[in-house]
Amino acid sequence: MFLGKVIGNVWATQKYETLNSFKLLFVQPINGENQELGEPIIAVDTVGAGPGEKIFYITASEAVIPLPVDMAPVDASIVGIVDTINLSADR
Amino acid sequence: MFLGRVIGNVWSTKKDENLVGAKFLIVRQIDLEMKDKDNFVVAVDSVGAGEGEVVLVATGSSSRQTNFTKDKPVDAVIMAIVDKLDISLKEYIEEHRLS
Repeated sequence: MFLGKVIGNVWATQKYETLNSFKLLFVQPINGENQELGEPIIAVDTVGAGPGEKIFYITASEAVIPLPVDMAPVDASIVGIVDTINLSADR
Repeated sequence: MFLGRVIGNVWSTKKDENLVGAKFLIVRQIDLEMKDKDNFVVAVDSVGAGEGEVVLVATGSSSRQTNFTKDKPVDAVIMAIVDKLDISLKEYIEEHRLS
């Protein structure tokens, strides 16, 4: 799983049939110190996240597991909203 | 998933027999401002996309999660046609100077 920050929405009416009720969000990957890593990705929301929130997401075929459907062509999905991150001082 | 724009299609007569009937589109990756990036993929279409449209592409084993591509040799599939991008986090827009 990776940390990220939600930066916006993607509007898409025409989606693969099993994805019709899901929200697609832009996620900027970040590290534990809130620094941006690489390019933004698009992930399916399964927890009700919104812009500005820090989240964690899963990638690859595991991304289908949290969705209540048998099959869905999804390679990234948000599985949790981060409340706090504690990093040890001597990391 | 990543954002891309359909820039063409691929015709192929001789291919893996599992791929007969597939529509192959060439998708060029784009950034948040719709500017072209360098990389592109050949993806199987699952939503009826056409040339010029902005789409989302799922890659890797996830792309086998459609009725058509199940258990087939496919590693990229178009799974949504984008109507609108909405980057709404102000600090991100300012930091990256997005228009």
